[in-house]
Amino acid sequence: MVPQDLRYTKEHEWVRLEGEIATIGITDYAAEQLGDIVFVELPDIGRAVSKLAAIGVIESVKAVSDLFAPVGGEVVESNAELAGAPELLNSDPFGKGWMLRIKVADAGQLDGLLDAAAYEALTAEA
Amino acid sequence: MAQSHDAPLATPLAERHAALGARMVEFAGWLMPLQYTGILEEHRAVRARAGLFDLSHMGELFVEGQEAAAGLGYALTSDPSTLKVGRAQYSMICFPEGGILDDLIVYRLGEDRFLVVANASNAVAVSDALAERLAGRRVVLDDRSLATGLVALQGPRSAAILGPLTDVALDDLRYYAIAEGHVAGTPALIARTGYTGEDGFEMFVDMAATGRVWDVLMDAGKVEGIVPVGLGARDTLRLEAGMPLYGNELGPDSTPFEANLGRVVSLAKEGDFVGRAALEKAQADGPRKMLVGLAIRGRGIARHGYEVFAGDRRTGVVTSGTLSPTLGEPIAMAYVAPSEAEPGTILAVGIRDQRVEAEVVPLPFYRRPA
Repeated sequence: MVPQDLRYTKEHEWVRLEGEIATIGITDYAAEQLGDIVFVELPDIGRAVSKLAAIGVIESVKAVSDLFAPVGGEVVESNAELAGAPELLNSDPFGKGWMLRIKVADAGQLDGLLDAAAYEALTAEA
Repeated sequence: MAQSHDAPLATPLAERHAALGARMVEFAGWLMPLQYTGILEEHRAVRARAGLFDLSHMGELFVEGQEAAAGLGYALTSDPSTLKVGRAQYSMICFPEGGILDDLIVYRLGEDRFLVVANASNAVAVSDALAERLAGRRVVLDDRSLATGLVALQGPRSAAILGPLTDVALDDLRYYAIAEGHVAGTPALIARTGYTGEDGFEMFVDMAATGRVWDVLMDAGKVEGIVPVGLGARDTLRLEAGMPLYGNELGPDSTPFEANLGRVVSLAKEGDFVGRAALEKAQADGPRKMLVGLAIRGRGIARHGYEVFAGDRRTGVVTSGTLSPTLGEPIAMAYVAPSEAEPGTILAVGIRDQRVEAEVVPLPFYRRPA
């Protein structure tokens, strides 16, 4: 069961909106698919990102995967722990493995995201 | 038995891999386990304790007859006639133009009997090439690739696990030696060779006996903390050990000299061999490029195909790269211009839009404790 209070994308990312700030990470399903994560590249603070833009990279032992912005806005914070401990994405993807925070330009962009039930249905089919 | 040419082949251990929860991948026409619990965990288990590998996809070619040694001496770059019975050598089979068709291990089983082990991806090509090159000689080529299973036990606890199960005296089996015996009563060729940089044994058995040998080793190894290991960790282990992979470091566009493997080319051996003229010229001309180890000093993982720069000038390309589980840092192998191949040379790897600093270091990256 994924956290019920988050929103989800088809690219297996999660979003928590608090006020204007969206915290973003990848789901346990994504982490499981990727395998052992060994490197994370996150966008610089202050960068303006658009929804669906490639904003970073998650690398497993064997492969490089793009990280896409689930919402547009300005990057205001990124998780400094991931540089030294990328494995947090595998061990605690919804908690300590949070990746970045975006000040959302248009909260309406979250309307199109999946709720927990819809995301679980999506991963059940896979 | 009808077999679709499109469907990958299953090894005899397919059901066991499924039961162990393996993530399977298609490789060289076979369905192989990529990982079970995870690449890092499997890698570390082999370095610390022991791992068991299904390598039944590899090619096993038996060459037997009065002219076996001479025939292989013509077909390959090395000189198998110098091998004592029960010993093995790393070798290559080259194209007439000097490029590499495959890297191999040649085991001498008898005065007139050899086992040539080829990479799965080249098993058919090597078989065809050997058939062609051995033609007209008093020798029989018996390609038993599809009849032979191969299980590899690798790691510091390997001898402790295998010892009680075999009639082969492991204390007398040196590195790069092979003996005929049994594993828990199953006839097997037991070779002290491997692709991990650890002590270990590769066991060749009849295809039908592979499952039994796997079960016996997994069971005996339990108390030592044995784990099943897939192709993902096989790759990180061999890269740390500085061992080349065909398709990455080795291929038709590289000579053994450029891959730092001039030792497998016996130009001094008697008689012609396929590629002799080209390799003599290659040695005289000097290498066009050199294979080096790179320690990535900046932040980023260098991977196959990424470009390597000396200042602003492109000097080469990464052939293999990963995050080294043992060292905790990114490592890579790359071909660079010979003038840049000296250890200590500072280069840069293009990783997406960045140039990340890398230092040429001697291989291997990891050597097992004495």
